[in-house]
Amino acid sequence: MTATLLEVNDLQKTFTVRRGFPRTETVHVKALSGISFRIAEGEAFGLVGESGCGKSTAGRALLRLIEPDGGQVLYRGENFLTAPGHRLRQLRQKLQIVFQDPFASLNPRRTVGQTLAEPMYVHRLGNREEIQARVESVLDEVGLPRAAVEKYPHEFSGGQRQRIGIARALVLEPELIVADEPVSALDVSIQAQILLLLDGLKVRRGLSFLFISHDLGVVRHFCKRVAVMYLGRIVEEGPTEEIFDGPLHPYTQALRDASPVPDPRAKVTMARLEGEVASAINPPSGCHFHPRCPHAMDRCRVEYPKLRAVAPGRQVACHLHDMAA
Amino acid sequence: MSTVHLSTRQPGALALFWSRARRNKGTAIGLVLVLVMVASAILAPWIAPHDPLEQDIIARLEPPSDTYLLGTDPYGRDILSRILWGGRVSLFVSTSAVLIAMVVGSAIGILAGYIGGKFDRVTMACMDVLLSFPSLIMGLLVVAMLGPSIVNLILAIGLTAVAPFARIARAPTLVIKEREFVEAGRAMGFSHGRIMGIHILPNVASEVMVMASLWLATAIRTEASLSFIGLGVRPPTPTWGSMIREGFENILDAPWLSIFPSIAILIVMLGLNLLGDGLRDATDPRLRHE
Repeated sequence: MTATLLEVNDLQKTFTVRRGFPRTETVHVKALSGISFRIAEGEAFGLVGESGCGKSTAGRALLRLIEPDGGQVLYRGENFLTAPGHRLRQLRQKLQIVFQDPFASLNPRRTVGQTLAEPMYVHRLGNREEIQARVESVLDEVGLPRAAVEKYPHEFSGGQRQRIGIARALVLEPELIVADEPVSALDVSIQAQILLLLDGLKVRRGLSFLFISHDLGVVRHFCKRVAVMYLGRIVEEGPTEEIFDGPLHPYTQALRDASPVPDPRAKVTMARLEGEVASAINPPSGCHFHPRCPHAMDRCRVEYPKLRAVAPGRQVACHLHDMAA
Repeated sequence: MSTVHLSTRQPGALALFWSRARRNKGTAIGLVLVLVMVASAILAPWIAPHDPLEQDIIARLEPPSDTYLLGTDPYGRDILSRILWGGRVSLFVSTSAVLIAMVVGSAIGILAGYIGGKFDRVTMACMDVLLSFPSLIMGLLVVAMLGPSIVNLILAIGLTAVAPFARIARAPTLVIKEREFVEAGRAMGFSHGRIMGIHILPNVASEVMVMASLWLATAIRTEASLSFIGLGVRPPTPTWGSMIREGFENILDAPWLSIFPSIAILIVMLGLNLLGDGLRDATDPRLRHE
């Protein structure tokens, strides 16, 4: 067991929306209702779920790009959420983010060289020559020609821009990268290249990843452990292979069954989920999943199941497995 | 490994503008008109045929002739020379006013858009109050309070244009601050000042520049209006607005007194509006590859 790099405890975020006129009503959207997980050094941890389940909010809240309402984010035991200004700036170097949209994530008016050098300049990591050398070595590392320094983002394709985004995350020598759907906006062939690049970084640099994705195939390839989210909560967590080969939570089962299998002869059991994703504004009572769950019981309608360990390294929040335990 | 298609560097806003201006006759004409008027104002001391303040009592209210190309006023001063010299004051006042408004207004707009929340609502409400005054009334108020002088005139005209600049800078700021490169900047520990100054400002600048060229025309008009009602620069210093007003006393027997300075204003405003339209087209995001 390697050392824990990042520990997230009971992270919470509620968005407040005021709407309506003249009688405004205040609506609370619970995007994160207390999620916890830990990521070890050099580990890739996946966070999967449907759109709107709060997985991107989780990634942004732990980096304080969205200020969370409660909980702890411990980076090597130090709370990131309460760190004072100057310490926060130092800690930020260690936690970086790669975004989904390679078009929105780069400033169109800055050259690639400026974009890559700026963070090192801000954190005073060396003089002009050192920064220049570092930019070039990072470009080599992500597989872009050194001539890219002089160019603007619009001169690159989507895959190349994503490489620039990754290079920008690397220049500060982080230990953990939050990858928020890093390949979802790319063609499948480019996806593979970018995943290979990230894989290489994981191995060579010993980088840890929080890999946020809705694509189970990608997560299965990239992550050692994975957590499944539904409406702002983690419903199941464990080693990737075990989760996908023997999912315990009915939601995980449905999610797995709904993802395509790359074999035309494979028998597909289309266990369709009934109903819509429940609203985070007014979540169902009890287990949030019960209106869509094929195994729903009376108990599920009133009591939210606790996330509990069912096997070493394996947790699930479902009353079905309470009884088994 | 993938190769990068080599191409030229991104054309700057100016180069882009040029390439479009060449295809757009209106922009080119606007640019020429503005340049000619600005150049003649700057070169007034050398190209003006007479001293703008020199009175020739014998030649009062002369119609245009060989000696006095555009005629003379009731004191026998040469109209052409007065227009050339008056352009210096008019253009200086309006340009300084717009520059002040542009700097202050965009700073307010970017801050309001970036900070958001209550600050945004309060600031923009103040801007709306400013906007609700017609610019002439606003200028009148300020000049009447501070007294007529060039500096006060600049302040007054500048104040009337702050609100539109704040609005025009705030709108794109709201969009850009949600873009992920701004989030990336925060994740890398950039200060808010750096994000606003280096990452948001350049992306807002094109909208602001277009606004500036259009407001320059309005500022010239406001200056002329204030001078016209006697709240501008003190006589005998010529400005276009004050020349038009002085001409009104003899509008029936010597119409050239008012007509020629009016034409000068017309040319500059036409030029600036054509130029502004061209600028707007050149920076229209729908016409760009971005």
